[in-house]
Amino acid sequence: MLAIWCAHLAIDRWRQAEGCRRGEGADAAPVVLVGESAHGPRIAAVNAAAHDQGAAAGMMLADARALCPGLVVHPADPGGDLAFLERLALWAQRWGPWSALDPPDGLIVDITGAAHLFGGEQALVADAVRLMQGRGLAARIALAPTAGAAWALAHFGPQGAILSGEEDIARRLGPLPVAALRLDDDVQLLLRRLGLKRIEDLAMVERENLARRFRNRRAPAANPLVRLDQLLGRLPEPALPVIGVEAPMVQRRLMEPIRHRALLDRVAADLADDMARVLEGQGQGARRLELGLWKVDGDVIFRQLEMSAASRDPAHLVRLFAARLDDVDAGFGIEMVRLRASWTEPLALAQSDLEAAAERHGTSLATCIDRLTVRLGSQAVRRPVPQASHLPERAQRWQPPLAPVRTSQEEFEFHHRPLKILDRPESIAVIYAAPDGLPRVFGWRGRRHVIARAEGPERIAPEWWRERSSVRLRDYYRIEDEEGRRFWIYRHGIAGDGRGGLPEWFIQGLSA
Amino acid sequence: MQSLNPSIPPGLPPALVRGLSASERTARWRPGIATGCRHAEIFASGGEGSSAGFALSLAREALRNEGWRCAPGDPAADTPDERAWLWVQDKAARRLSGRPYRPGLPPDLRHRLIHVAADKAEDALFALEEGLRCRDLAFVIGEIAGNPKALDFTASRRLSLAAERHGVPLWLVRLDAACDLGSARMRWKVVAAPSLAPRWNAHAPGAASWRAELFRAHTFQPGQWTLRDEGSELAFSPATIPATSGAGDLVRASGDRSLAAG
Repeated sequence: MLAIWCAHLAIDRWRQAEGCRRGEGADAAPVVLVGESAHGPRIAAVNAAAHDQGAAAGMMLADARALCPGLVVHPADPGGDLAFLERLALWAQRWGPWSALDPPDGLIVDITGAAHLFGGEQALVADAVRLMQGRGLAARIALAPTAGAAWALAHFGPQGAILSGEEDIARRLGPLPVAALRLDDDVQLLLRRLGLKRIEDLAMVERENLARRFRNRRAPAANPLVRLDQLLGRLPEPALPVIGVEAPMVQRRLMEPIRHRALLDRVAADLADDMARVLEGQGQGARRLELGLWKVDGDVIFRQLEMSAASRDPAHLVRLFAARLDDVDAGFGIEMVRLRASWTEPLALAQSDLEAAAERHGTSLATCIDRLTVRLGSQAVRRPVPQASHLPERAQRWQPPLAPVRTSQEEFEFHHRPLKILDRPESIAVIYAAPDGLPRVFGWRGRRHVIARAEGPERIAPEWWRERSSVRLRDYYRIEDEEGRRFWIYRHGIAGDGRGGLPEWFIQGLSA
Repeated sequence: MQSLNPSIPPGLPPALVRGLSASERTARWRPGIATGCRHAEIFASGGEGSSAGFALSLAREALRNEGWRCAPGDPAADTPDERAWLWVQDKAARRLSGRPYRPGLPPDLRHRLIHVAADKAEDALFALEEGLRCRDLAFVIGEIAGNPKALDFTASRRLSLAAERHGVPLWLVRLDAACDLGSARMRWKVVAAPSLAPRWNAHAPGAASWRAELFRAHTFQPGQWTLRDEGSELAFSPATIPATSGAGDLVRASGDRSLAAG
C-alpha cells in the first residue's frame, strides 16, 4: 500500500491558482485561508510565512490578527479541495490499479504486484516523490504492507519511508505516537490521560483490558484496538476505490444562434445520431440523458430524461425529447447544445429493424412505456406488486413497470377480494338489524342499496407493530344488493371496544 | 351478388353480410365465438364494478379462443402467454369506481398488469393509442368516465384503426356515458345481475354475473344475454328476447340551440 499525504493541499492549490512559486510573489506575504465557523472565521490553512509569524490552522482569525497584523486573508475552498483530491486519486492510479480517498488530504494506492514495473519499491517511491514535487504539491509518501501502517509512516515517519513485508511492523512503528493510529481527537485525549503516548505503550497493555475499556466503541476510529489490528494486518480494512466513469457527451456549437423550434429539433436529431454512434462504440445504452441548451444571454436550460430500459435508438431519443422541448424559451437564441448520458448500462449490439418492419410490428414494450412516462410522468405508469400485509390497501404496492419484482410469498387465497378498490374508503350510511349483525340497507352516493346476500364478517385486525393502539379493527362483508351489484364494505370497529363511539361503515371495494 | 347460402362456415370470423334480409343471415353472438373484433365499447354505470369485470372476462375469452396472432399449429402457442396488458383510467373513472386491486384480479392476469393513471381524457386516449401500437401487449382496457369532448368520433376511429392495424384488441369501458357516435365494432351495455347462489353458502354472493346487451355490432345480430364468469369460461343463461330497440341514441341531443348554429 502506498500512502500519499498532501500536507498542505489547500495552500498548494491556492498557490497554483495564484500562479506563483513557493515563497515568491503573493506567497511571500503571510497568507491564511479561512472558513466560517459558528464563532466567526477560523483559519483552515496557513502558508510558511504566516506559520513563521505564529498563525496556525485551527486558530480563530481574530487571534491570529493580534499576533500578526499584516495577515492576508483568503477564503478556503474545501469542496474544491475534495474535487481536486478525487482527480488526484484517479491520476495516482498510475502506480497501482486501485486508489482510495483518505479525506481531507490523503490518498491510499494499492500497489500490490505493481512495484516491479517501476523497478522495485525504492524506485516507485522515488518516482512518486518526484512527480508530486513536479505538480507543486508538498506530499509525504510512505509504503507499507497495510494501509494503516502506510498512513502512519506517511504522517509520522521520514519522507519516502518503506516498510517491506519481511520487517516486523509492530517493532518498526512502535516509537510512533498514538495519533498515527488514525483515532478521533477525544480518544487520543483519553489515551494521553491514561499515559499511553506511543504505539508500543499500547502494545504493552493487556489485550483483554483494552478490549474491555473500549468495548462499546464500534467505529474503528474510536477503538484503538481495532486500529492497532488494522495497522498490523490482523483485521481487514476494505477501501472504497475511486473509479473514473466517463459520461458520453456530444455537443454542437452553432454558427448562428437559433430561435426556432424546427431548427432546435434538427440539432437535437443530429445530437441523438452522434450520441447513438458514441454509445454504440462503447456497447452502452443510455438510461438517463441531459440536454443542455446554452443561450446567448448567458442562461442555461437543462432538460433531463430517464428511460425504463437502456436505449440508443436516435429516433426514440428524439421523440422523447420533443415532448420536453415544448416549454423552452429561446430568448435571444441558443448558441450551443450539449447532450450527455449521465447514466449508461451495457447494451449489446442488435440487428437494427427496418422502418417498415417497425411500422408493421408496432413498438416494443420499453418504447411504449418510455413514451407514456415522458408525457404522463413516472407516477402515472406503474404496476401493482404484492406486499406482505394483510391490510387490504397495503397488500399491493405500485412500482415502475419494468423494474424487477421482489420475490414474495404467494398470497393466501382464503377469501374473495374485489376487482377494484377505491383510493379512499367512502363512508356509507347503514341500517342493520343488530349492532354486530349483518347490514340490511345502505346508502352510498345518494342511492339506496338493499342488501340481498352477504358473506362475513372477515375480521382484519390493525397491524399493531406499526400503528397506534387506538386504531380500530375492521369487519369486512362481501355483499350483493337486490339488483346484483357486488361490493366490499366494512364496519370500522365494534361497539364497546373503547376506541371511539359507535362504529362507522365504509365501502372499500367494487367486485366484478 | 354473393351466394345466398345463409350459413356461415364455423370457425371463421363472420364477414359482413349485406343485402336483403341480411339480419336473418347474420350470426348470433354467443360466448366462445371468435369475433375478430379488435375494438369494443362497454357502457355501464360508474357505481358498480361490473363493467371492468365484464371487459376482463371478454378479454380472457378472446385470449383463450383466438390466441391473438398465434397460428393454430404454432408451437409457441403452447407456452403460457406472459405478455403484459394495459389498463388505462382517467381521473374521473378512478374516482367513480376505484383503481385495480391486484389480489382480486384473475390469477393468470394479475402479475402482467401495467396500470396507467391519466389525469385528463386526452392523456388517457394518448395512452390507449400508444398501447395499441405496442406489439408486446396482450390487450388494452380503457376506462373513461362521461362523454369528454376529446372522445369524439374521430378519436374513436383512430383507436379502431390502430387496434386493427396492430392487432391489439381494445375494450373501452365508458362509465356513466351516453351512447354517442363511436366506431367500435361491438357496443355493449352492461348492468350487474343477481348471481347464482354458490354451492356451499347460499347466502353469499356468487360468481360475477351481468345482464349484457349487444346493441350495435357490425357482424352480429343485436341481443341480450345474462352472462356469468365461471372462472375458466364465460357461461350464459338462455338468451332472452333479442333487442329490437335498434341503434340507441346515437346522436347527441342538440339542446336549446338551433341546429344551424353549428
